[in-house]
Amino acid sequence: MCKQNTELKVKDILNCYQGKEREIIPILQQIQEELGYLSEEAMLATARFVRVPESKIYATATFYAQFRFKPVGRNHVAVCRGTACHVRGAERILDILERQLGIKEGETSQDLEYTLEAVACIGCCALAPAITINNQEVHGQLTPKKVAELFPAAAKGGN
Amino acid sequence: MKTVLISQGTCCKSAGADRVLAAMERELSEVGLEAIVKTPGCHGFSEIDPVVVIEPDGILYAKVKAEDVPKIVQSLMDENRLAKGLYYRDPVTNEGIPYAQDIPFFNKQQRTILKNCGVLDPRDINDYMEAGGYRAVRKALLEMTPAQVVAEVKRSGLRGLGGAGFPTGKKWEMCAAAHGEIKYVICNADEGDPGSFQDRSILEGDPHAVLEGLILAGYAVGAQESYLYVRAEYPLAIKNLQIAIDQAKEKGFIGDDILGSGFKFDIKIFQGAGAFVCGEETALIQSLEGKRGMPYPRPPYPVIAGLHGKPTLIDNVKTLASVRWIINKGADWLASRGTETSKGTAVFSITGKVANCGLVEVPMGITMREIVFEIGGGVPGGKKFKAVQTGGPSGGCLPGALLDTAIDFDTLRAAGSMMGSGGMVVMDEDTCMVDTARYFLDFSLKESCGQCVPCRLGTMQMHEILTRITQGEGKMSDLDLLMELSEGVAKGSLCGLGKTAPNPVETTLRYFRDEYEAHINERRCPSRSCKALISYNINAEKCKGCSICLKACPVDAITGAKKEIHIIDGSKCTKCGICLDVCPDAFGAVECF
Ligand SMILES: Cc1cc2nc3c(=O)[nH]c(=O)nc-3n(C[C@H](O)[C@H](O)[C@H](O)COP(=O)(O)O)c2cc1C
Ligand code: SF4
Ligand code: SF4
Ligand code: FES
Ligand code: FES
Repeated sequence: MCKQNTELKVKDILNCYQGKEREIIPILQQIQEELGYLSEEAMLATARFVRVPESKIYATATFYAQFRFKPVGRNHVAVCRGTACHVRGAERILDILERQLGIKEGETSQDLEYTLEAVACIGCCALAPAITINNQEVHGQLTPKKVAELFPAAAKGGN
Repeated sequence: MKTVLISQGTCCKSAGADRVLAAMERELSEVGLEAIVKTPGCHGFSEIDPVVVIEPDGILYAKVKAEDVPKIVQSLMDENRLAKGLYYRDPVTNEGIPYAQDIPFFNKQQRTILKNCGVLDPRDINDYMEAGGYRAVRKALLEMTPAQVVAEVKRSGLRGLGGAGFPTGKKWEMCAAAHGEIKYVICNADEGDPGSFQDRSILEGDPHAVLEGLILAGYAVGAQESYLYVRAEYPLAIKNLQIAIDQAKEKGFIGDDILGSGFKFDIKIFQGAGAFVCGEETALIQSLEGKRGMPYPRPPYPVIAGLHGKPTLIDNVKTLASVRWIINKGADWLASRGTETSKGTAVFSITGKVANCGLVEVPMGITMREIVFEIGGGVPGGKKFKAVQTGGPSGGCLPGALLDTAIDFDTLRAAGSMMGSGGMVVMDEDTCMVDTARYFLDFSLKESCGQCVPCRLGTMQMHEILTRITQGEGKMSDLDLLMELSEGVAKGSLCGLGKTAPNPVETTLRYFRDEYEAHINERRCPSRSCKALISYNINAEKCKGCSICLKACPVDAITGAKKEIHIIDGSKCTKCGICLDVCPDAFGAVECF
């Protein structure tokens, strides 16, 4: 993404707000939604806009699990590690995904194809173990076989 | 005309309910049959998703696939016929049950808070209003004074369903009495307990009930603004809530002069950003103000000085969704249900090692046995029941001996656990209790906001000790140390997170001490789940050389050729257990020690 384009986008977002401190979280959420992560420039622009020190924006952003500071892969795979999923074998699903995608939890593949993350409950506990892809598609009652089917390109031996 | 209901909750969709819906619409128009297709939210019985219900007959088809749809449509054209083989089958008796009202999972429940979930279209305010919706707002605003609303809620005995069970009427009374021109009402929809999804289902499936509760609360305490603090992980809930707010505005239930009563009220959605501690009310306030979600000491309580320093009422989703019942049916109606100290119903999400996973609403005072075995259908796969974990990371693990205890806020607390937000995770013989305690400590440790030393470091030390025990390197003296640390963390922490973080450790030590001792003294995990203490092996006498395990092993730890005995290379094996799963039951050659 070209830099100018990004700057414009952030400016557009900020223009929708009044510049109040209590808007920090919604602003950061919208920026992340647009850019996929919070870039340093975007956080600086936000700090200037709401007139607080940059450190405060960073402190707030790092407190919340939702915010990311690096670009995320095109497929953002979130493995639920909630209790229901845990007792039904979430660790194993994570294990297999790590191996299949060739990245560890919290990492993004070099080609920016996949990001793998472990998250707390996604609210589909009855379908444990469950994962979401790009915070939209939920896949539940996973077995190692289903995982392999979901990510055929990255399947065993193919990475 | 028939109505076809196809629930479109988050789990329904992931099970393919959206494909079933598309197939239904296509098929109906192809055969030219007129029927009303409705898409309600969560019906609660997630286990049998996707579900198709035919009204007014009350026929329920379970685990429907898109291919089954023509058969269902055929049955619709042919009055009084059932699409055989598609209805629910009882997992125990294997008996087919065509009518929803005969299914044990549903007929043992007493649904009020969940009544509309899975029945009404959450995106259609008219549907809600036809079912009696917004009648409570009309009654309160036009016929009752705010003080009368508060008094009614107080008299009902309703207690907050968000965790602590604080008397709702009392909280409303304090906020109503607090001085200030500006007041706020907040709906706590942060539902962070890993393993609960009841709030999500209500928000998705019956958003107007929550809005109605907020409006009633605002009127009662004298607030004009309110926030719905919803987890960002619930996109469908956020979407449905926004639609509901827009529709309620259009109908004049939210706005400047509601129903001509002169009462002014607005509702906004705020998305949480993924911090469990923000479910705690003071942290939630900080987060709404744009800060790090750090709890602060009370008093002053939020009802006196909360958001932006103004009196603020914070209630859980289920609490707010209950209020319209009290206004419509009267305080006595609610007070006549439940136990002496806990009135009304409780909503649990029952998950884990149980046959019928889903949402259940039952009167307070029901026993755990009724929930787990009669409604939940017991533990699947012939496994033995071990424990029920209630109350999320703040709760505890309760053993079989307590199955017959009547559950309410107080009995659960006496047993060392909590009602919490209503999560109930069933564990069987394969779940290791030491590992479960370690798991919850890991959660609390990561979610601690870090400002209290006992919470930040105490949980870390407890986690280290528990990890050591699961690796077979524990000492008996660790158990005393764990108890000591538990006490310190509970006493020395500011907010509920730290105060209750030791509960899972304390209850497992209290009820499952033998498992700790087996790990320490015998280096053995009785549930065969702690990886450091188990190994997989192929029994040479039983192995038929089918090579199924060889193909399935993700790390190629198995060697062998067709029709030859296979061998696991222990140095490569990561103990994932896949070989045990895939080895055909008839052979049963893979063993785990
Ligand atoms: C760590 C922590 C997490 C909490 N999470 C939630 C939550 O997700 N939802 C909720 O309604 N209450 C939660 N609570 C309880 C709230 O602080 C508060 O008691 C509740 O929202 C009050 O609503 P009620 O009176 O309707 O129960 C949490 C408390 C603590 C200490
Ligand atoms: S008890 Fe833990 S989570 Fe609560 S305020 Fe203290 S450090 Fe933060
Ligand atoms: S336990 Fe897993 S890693 Fe070990 S041999 Fe079996 S399939 Fe392979
Ligand atoms: S525990 Fe995994 S979805 Fe809730
Ligand atoms: S969302 Fe499908 S049953 Fe709840």
